[in-house]
Amino acid sequence: MVEQLAPMLVHGEIWTVKDLFVLPNEYVYWAIQIVLYPYMTGLVAGAFVLSSLYHVFGVEKLKEIARFALVFSFALLPVAMLPLLLHLMQPLRGINVLMTPHFTSAISAFGIVFMAYACIVAAEIWFVYREFIVSSIHRLSAKTDRSAYEGILLRIYKLISLGAMDTSKKALGADHKAVKFLAGLGIPVACFLHGYAGFIFGSVKANALWMTPLMPVIFICSAVVSGIALCIVCYYLFMGLRKWAARRGKNYFLPDGIAHGSSVVDYDHLRSVQEHEVKMTSKYLLIFMTLALTLEALDMIFRGYTAVKSWDILRNVLFEHDYVNIFILQYGIGNILPFIMLLIPGVTVRRAALASILVLFGVFMMRWNVVIGGQAFSLTFNGFMHYHMPIIPHDIETFKEGLGGALLVAVSPFVIFYFLNMIFPAFLVDKEEAHH
Amino acid sequence: MKRRDFLKSTAVFVSGAVVSMSALELLDPGEVLAQNPELRWGFLVDTLKCVGCGMCVKACKIENDIPLDANVTRTWVERYVITKDGKVNADTPKGALNGFTSKLIDQNASGMKKIPDEDITQAFFVPKLCNQCSTPACVQVCPVGATYQTADGVVLVDRTWCIGCGYCIMGCPYGVRFFHPVAKVADKCTFCYHRISNGGNSACAQACPFGARQIGNLRDPNDPVAKAVLNQRVGVLRAEYGTKPNVYYIGLSKEVH
Ligand code: SF4
Ligand code: SF4
Repeated sequence: MVEQLAPMLVHGEIWTVKDLFVLPNEYVYWAIQIVLYPYMTGLVAGAFVLSSLYHVFGVEKLKEIARFALVFSFALLPVAMLPLLLHLMQPLRGINVLMTPHFTSAISAFGIVFMAYACIVAAEIWFVYREFIVSSIHRLSAKTDRSAYEGILLRIYKLISLGAMDTSKKALGADHKAVKFLAGLGIPVACFLHGYAGFIFGSVKANALWMTPLMPVIFICSAVVSGIALCIVCYYLFMGLRKWAARRGKNYFLPDGIAHGSSVVDYDHLRSVQEHEVKMTSKYLLIFMTLALTLEALDMIFRGYTAVKSWDILRNVLFEHDYVNIFILQYGIGNILPFIMLLIPGVTVRRAALASILVLFGVFMMRWNVVIGGQAFSLTFNGFMHYHMPIIPHDIETFKEGLGGALLVAVSPFVIFYFLNMIFPAFLVDKEEAHH
Repeated sequence: MKRRDFLKSTAVFVSGAVVSMSALELLDPGEVLAQNPELRWGFLVDTLKCVGCGMCVKACKIENDIPLDANVTRTWVERYVITKDGKVNADTPKGALNGFTSKLIDQNASGMKKIPDEDITQAFFVPKLCNQCSTPACVQVCPVGATYQTADGVVLVDRTWCIGCGYCIMGCPYGVRFFHPVAKVADKCTFCYHRISNGGNSACAQACPFGARQIGNLRDPNDPVAKAVLNQRVGVLRAEYGTKPNVYYIGLSKEVH
């Protein structure tokens, strides 16, 4: 009875404020989780493209960050699915998409594309680390006083080595070729994965802001931008942490050190590697940022110039309703400012990392402005909907679709990376090189 | 061979070939019905007759188990008030569940707007419901096929299969879809499929005291709805989206989309 007395809230009502003429069933149905979904997918795709720059095009200077980017991309993978699941009203039925995919829908094949991509990344990691896995097995097996942790590690390595213990020159050469092939294959698939996410929005004809054939391309460019930026930031942070830990001998911050067999991390070496990598990477960041910005500007100019029926309401959304979000936060702080920061000569690692944080924020705001901004106006073109993200959850729905759910999604990749890094040391440096 | 014989034998040959070819295909009864259509549900709204009492909305909610106090509805009525300066003021408080009882225009967050009687040039009501589109955007975008079209043209949602992604809600250009507050799946007007399939009338059409709503078979030339669509000047909503809606309006005005 108590429930009946309380007014029945429908999905979306709690965070939507309607203004002027809005249809009765209109709410911000796609909220923060759908903002995070393309954001996380973009990070996955972008990080992978960065790692491929080295593997396919042989950009030798990106060697260290490429390995890191690959492992991190793998850590991000499961998290790209999470927002979708959190968003579903019937999460337990999520598997239906794989059981009865309805292929006229842009979402239906996402699971398939996603899994194909996951397989490629997993296979690539396996080939990249195969030599390391085998040598670790030998080293750990030889050890008589294995700790419990090392025992578990040995088991894991034995399992994932899949019995391929051949480390002859020929076998390693084959590994190398396989990596190159997979990285090459991975680029179009990663772009497809994310272009696909763009298509999910761009093909909604009912939404005047979303419907543009440029959407997939814009999504791909901003994805690469965000992926590279994330790698720079995380590389900077993790390297900082490692330098700090290396000096103080705090080995729990260097979980991979145990896998290496020694926790000796050379402070000076770390420093020089980092400088070099970050500077190089930020150049690529600049290139992709230019591309992304150009496309977004083109989209907006085109809409303004052709000025079809929906332009009146779109202009209102762009220049009034969402002005701060779009022009100040997204373009100003998230694009132009870091762009200038990276352009000014003499980039330091710290400046590049700071700029990258802003870029990450900018891309997040872009996703926000697309997803939430696309629902900021009514189908009547005569009303608006304001979105207020639930901060303090009071039931499962306000948690999932609120700040709590968002943080859960944001933190998960780092937790996964911590454990993944124990098995596949992302900061592994080839032995010959470490002696340089 | 005479000309007639030639034609005859050609016809026999062609039809024989068609029969044998079609024998190779698996015949889906639904497809057969769609190709030899005898029934296609359509709807006629006479906006000139609507007074905005909201009986249809109430009847629909009760018939289809949509909680009365929930702010979603399968059908609703919009009010348009146009003033001398050409400004269009429109509202639909609670979807007109309780009818339009006040002259004030409900502007949601912007409050209630008062319009002096002498400024009004025209005012009218427009009922809305699912258009049971011939090329429905909602069916196209559903990733699991939970939203589907029946052979007689009505679009339905399978409540046991919908994953609640909301893509159909985003895809429908008419805003007729929502999440059912209890079932937690996508929901929308079905033309009261459970009633019309058993010879009944839709709840809204039955409840309307003024005959502003009518449901019928567009393929039956003697059906009043089909006749009206053929003989009168009717319009549909948002034809530019290419969904080919099947709810026809008499007295549609340019302010209404
Ligand atoms: S009006 Fe909307 S929900 Fe109804 S059939 Fe058309 S697209 Fe689907
Ligand atoms: S909410 Fe349900 S009916 Fe709508 S598209 Fe998603 S699965 Fe299909």
